[in-house]
Amino acid sequence: MAELRTETMTVNMGPQHPSTHGVLRLVLELDGEVIQSTNPTIGYLHTGIEKTAEQKKWQQVIPLVERMDYLAAQSNSLSYALCVEKLLGLEMPPRVKDIRVLIAELQRLASHLIWLGTHSMEIGAVSMLFYAIRERELLMNINELMAGFRFFPSYIRIGGLREDLPRGFHDAVNAFLERFPAKIDEYEGLLTRNDIFLRRTTGVGVVTQDDALAWGLLGPIARAAGSDYDVRRYFPYSGYETYDFNVPTAKEGDVFARYRVRMQEMRESVRICKQAIARITPTGAWACDDTRVVPPPKDKVYTEMEALIQHFLIYSQGFTVPAGEAYVPVEGPRGEHGTYIVSDGTNRPWRVKMRAPSFMAIQALPKLVQGGLIADVVAVIGSNDVVMGDCDR
Amino acid sequence: MDSLDAAAMDAPAIINALGPLVSGAAYEAAPSVDFATIYVPADRLVATCAALRDTPSLRFNVLAEVTAADYFPRDPRFEVVYHLLSVPNRLRLRLKVRASETLAVPTVQGIWPSAGWLEREVWDMFGIVFDGHPDLRRLLMPEDWEGHPQRKDYPVQIRKAAQTYEPLEVSEEEFKANLVRDRVKRDAH
Repeated sequence: MAELRTETMTVNMGPQHPSTHGVLRLVLELDGEVIQSTNPTIGYLHTGIEKTAEQKKWQQVIPLVERMDYLAAQSNSLSYALCVEKLLGLEMPPRVKDIRVLIAELQRLASHLIWLGTHSMEIGAVSMLFYAIRERELLMNINELMAGFRFFPSYIRIGGLREDLPRGFHDAVNAFLERFPAKIDEYEGLLTRNDIFLRRTTGVGVVTQDDALAWGLLGPIARAAGSDYDVRRYFPYSGYETYDFNVPTAKEGDVFARYRVRMQEMRESVRICKQAIARITPTGAWACDDTRVVPPPKDKVYTEMEALIQHFLIYSQGFTVPAGEAYVPVEGPRGEHGTYIVSDGTNRPWRVKMRAPSFMAIQALPKLVQGGLIADVVAVIGSNDVVMGDCDR
Repeated sequence: MDSLDAAAMDAPAIINALGPLVSGAAYEAAPSVDFATIYVPADRLVATCAALRDTPSLRFNVLAEVTAADYFPRDPRFEVVYHLLSVPNRLRLRLKVRASETLAVPTVQGIWPSAGWLEREVWDMFGIVFDGHPDLRRLLMPEDWEGHPQRKDYPVQIRKAAQTYEPLEVSEEEFKANLVRDRVKRDAH
């Protein structure tokens, strides 16, 4: 009998694989079940949003950037709005800042719920998805109440918000915040000590703190490896420095540590939301008073000539932004969402670039799964929480 | 950590700190509204980045972003933009390098591994060559795409004919020859 020998096998995973969170293609080289090398191919969802944004007026870019990371739409638009406001030198009223913080944290909860549902479903806890979607539905209802749009509300605008909060907003948010902490306990009861879940996640996809930072994995991945970097703490924006919250970290850097960090982050988000909703008055300022960018109130448009002209100018020509450049990061659910904008002083951006945390997470994927089993790839992709719309833009 | 002032290092302070570490580099501070911005000559980029990463007072351990902007028809038309972050010192810094179609920029992948795909995307979108990059291929656009879409002289709306490929046609002799060749290759292992 001939001598036994092993050959590596090349397996194509994706782009239609259900656990790649969209259209990610991986070419895996396997030795038995052990991964020798991974070669990710991206770009299937590239829609040229950055190029399109250069053809649009400043305020028309907001719906575009919300469609990049479609699970965290409003953290993209918050980053974009803050960046343009930095170039314009605008300062928001405290109520606008608080509402933006509330929106950003509710967005984090919605995104983490999708992550929790899909990630645990992919590694065997199928029923988890239904529980997570059940609570996310309430958040989508809040979006609908607030902006009339569930997925991409475009509620955050340059210079403030689109309009004032609707009636019943406080009741809806308070009802959710009342109900939700018990639900996190329920999720943790299902997963945290679940033997199958632990075996699939402990010691899998380990990354050290130094590697996480060197590969640019800012966000929950670096925090699960011991870094305490959180944009909300290090470079506070929109009044985060006035909120009382902790930055959860873990040391192990594996899939289970990322799970624990994100679960703790949900609890902290609830804390921030409770502080924010207590500060927000039911009615009040919902935009800054800069008439260059904020259209005048409708009653004035109908009664005053100057207001009508201003309204017309903003919606036809748009407004101009002083020449210059700015980079503003926010802490999105997946990590540091940043917007880099170059303005040439006209009514359209010269260059818009979004820093995509999923892009970095997929770049580092081969390193995280190296030497692991093929089944671990699914666990690592899920725990990196990649969104291909964010990655490919 | 809260005692650290994020605005403590402006562009001249960073240039002063870099001066003794990198010889013969002419840095230029640029105006900015957010954090320090420095123009770096391309031939000193790698040495500058190594100094920025390893000097204790700077410690820029994260390369958050690499991108570019096309200032066509200015010459040189491109600026490659690096956004650095120092987690220990709570600092941000923007480096800018001038480039053009013929003026390449050295890769910083040896300093921060995250530069790999970021530089690949810049090459894909702008056609800026990164010297020493091991894998400068298309990333977001299809492999057979022509042109670099983020350039200002690249049209916004273009039509491309759908690509079709002929089905692979192999004669019986070729098929058998392939089988033999594969078997020889396998046995040679």
